[in-house]
Amino acid sequence: MALWRRKPKSESEADRPVEVRTVEPVDIAPDDPLLAYLQDVARPVEVDKLAVDSAALEEMKASGVELIVPLVTQGELVGILNLGPRLSERDYSTDDRKLLDSLASQAAPAVRVAQLVREQELEAQQRERIAQELRVARLIQQTLLPKELPQISGWTVKAYYRPAREVGGDFYDFIDLGDGRLGVVEGDVTDKGVPAAIVMATCRTMLRAAARRFDDPGRVLEAVNENLHVDIPPNMFVTCFYAVIDTSTGLIRYANAGHNLPYVRTDTGVDELRATGMPLGLMPGMSYEVKEAKISHGDAILIHSDGVVEAHSPSGEMFGFGSLMGIMGAYGHAENLVDRVMGELADFTGSDWEQEDDVTLVVLRRTSTAQEAAATLMAENVLAEFEIESREGNEREVIDRIEQVVAPVGLSEVRLQRLKTAVGEATMNAIEHGNRNDPALPVGVMVKTDSRAVRVHVVDRGSGSGDHSLDPDTPDLEAKLAGEQSPRGWGLFLIENMVDEVNETTDDGLHQVELVMYLEGDGHDRA
Amino acid sequence: MIGHEFEVTTRPDGDGRVTFELSGDINAAAGDRLGALHSELDRDGLNTLVLDFERVEYINSTGIALIVALLARARTADVDVVAFGLSDHYREIFQITRLADFMGIFPDRASALRAAQG
Repeated sequence: MALWRRKPKSESEADRPVEVRTVEPVDIAPDDPLLAYLQDVARPVEVDKLAVDSAALEEMKASGVELIVPLVTQGELVGILNLGPRLSERDYSTDDRKLLDSLASQAAPAVRVAQLVREQELEAQQRERIAQELRVARLIQQTLLPKELPQISGWTVKAYYRPAREVGGDFYDFIDLGDGRLGVVEGDVTDKGVPAAIVMATCRTMLRAAARRFDDPGRVLEAVNENLHVDIPPNMFVTCFYAVIDTSTGLIRYANAGHNLPYVRTDTGVDELRATGMPLGLMPGMSYEVKEAKISHGDAILIHSDGVVEAHSPSGEMFGFGSLMGIMGAYGHAENLVDRVMGELADFTGSDWEQEDDVTLVVLRRTSTAQEAAATLMAENVLAEFEIESREGNEREVIDRIEQVVAPVGLSEVRLQRLKTAVGEATMNAIEHGNRNDPALPVGVMVKTDSRAVRVHVVDRGSGSGDHSLDPDTPDLEAKLAGEQSPRGWGLFLIENMVDEVNETTDDGLHQVELVMYLEGDGHDRA
Repeated sequence: MIGHEFEVTTRPDGDGRVTFELSGDINAAAGDRLGALHSELDRDGLNTLVLDFERVEYINSTGIALIVALLARARTADVDVVAFGLSDHYREIFQITRLADFMGIFPDRASALRAAQG
């Protein structure tokens, strides 16, 4: 509260207007015994009669305060009015005190309300500021995390990132180093929110630059440490695992700046990728041990942040490295390893868990030789591409070649015969209607296969309009037998009924019909 | 050209039955020969046409049209049509085109002839 005191008036100044002097407010320490005393008496007290050992009281006396009026509401001291001497220079009368007491009892609740409103305003501002900071931190982090995962032949790469409410400083990154080498980073900045996000962004940039300069992963971390420790705020540091994987040989060279040890699931069990080194940004001149390992076909690497192993159950137990290693042992070979980890974690923490820290998981799996073979098969493969002259009867040549070309795909006999008939009819259509039996115009045929289907493309030079286009009405056999319709008109009907899918496109003077026979439909033939 | 030329032999089977022994490819090139046989259906006393597909290797949509025309002609002449010797694939095609609704389809000659007698 403000302290008001009338300046003593000299004889010569008697006719001047009353001057009211503003005095600096007196700071009262929260533990000053005066406060407890005033809350207790809850009525105006004369300063001279107070016998309280209080620094504030001494200050008040020195400032000329004569009367203290406590503002107490609901037993709580919410303020005090300090009064100097009366203008009349008389003592405060009993009536004066009653008046002040009455004033205080009415003013105190109003002051309290004003204080509460002010507190709530400040809290709201604080909440908004924190929310804004969280938004900024998330934005920084999400902007800098990889938008897509690397597509590497012979490997599957998965990453999972779930920020805590108050965003931590987790990050991961993949750096294409050329020649089939992939740089893999996972890091965790101590601290949270915007400061952590900014350090994360800085660290990521430094790592990218160093990774392109140095082949040796230890040298990369050394360089980042040297740069980072100059700029990083006090008490902050970054744990970071960095590896360079030769994706063709499975050789991994790695260094670790105090990050959790990644696990490798092999045929024989779970190993740790152990290398020593201090976190980044703590002190200059650090060196980082470099280790090597061979990732065999079928092996998987799991890189993980603190958010997993340091998660707590409702009873306060920590998830721990042992649990994660156990999951790696049980499900390390499974494609859904990330789901397994997060599922087990959810069971452990319970549904009411407020995630304490960011959770980041990076899984690198070298596909097994069987998976590689499957992947090769999955890739679209052109089995044949050829042309025939547009002469009546030449569809037989196409049919015979299709039979030879798709033999390795292993269609059932029934579905092979259907495909042959559809290809024959599409070719006839192309010869007769598309190219109008002009031998100078070729009919192009392309046979492709992928993991799902055999696809035969038949291309002519027609527009695809009129009776040439694929818009078959179901032929009315009764009408044909009764002589009301031509006995012809079966070609398109046969095509539609023989294969699983027919697609037609016309582009730039080329009319193409695609006949699709799904491989998975094999064995489920129509009766 | 790949494929086998269409040929047809007619074979009277007694009891008002005649068999057309078909071989090769039933396509546009078969049109003239098959068309020439339509008049066979006008013979007095003919009640059943037996189509022997045992040596047929290929039937395309034009071939289907030729068979539809033959069937239409037989119906005009009030001659029943039965068939045998179709591969599983062409039996399926005869089913989805509904030709099988208008001619009896049998696995072999004996069962086709028995049905024709009944």
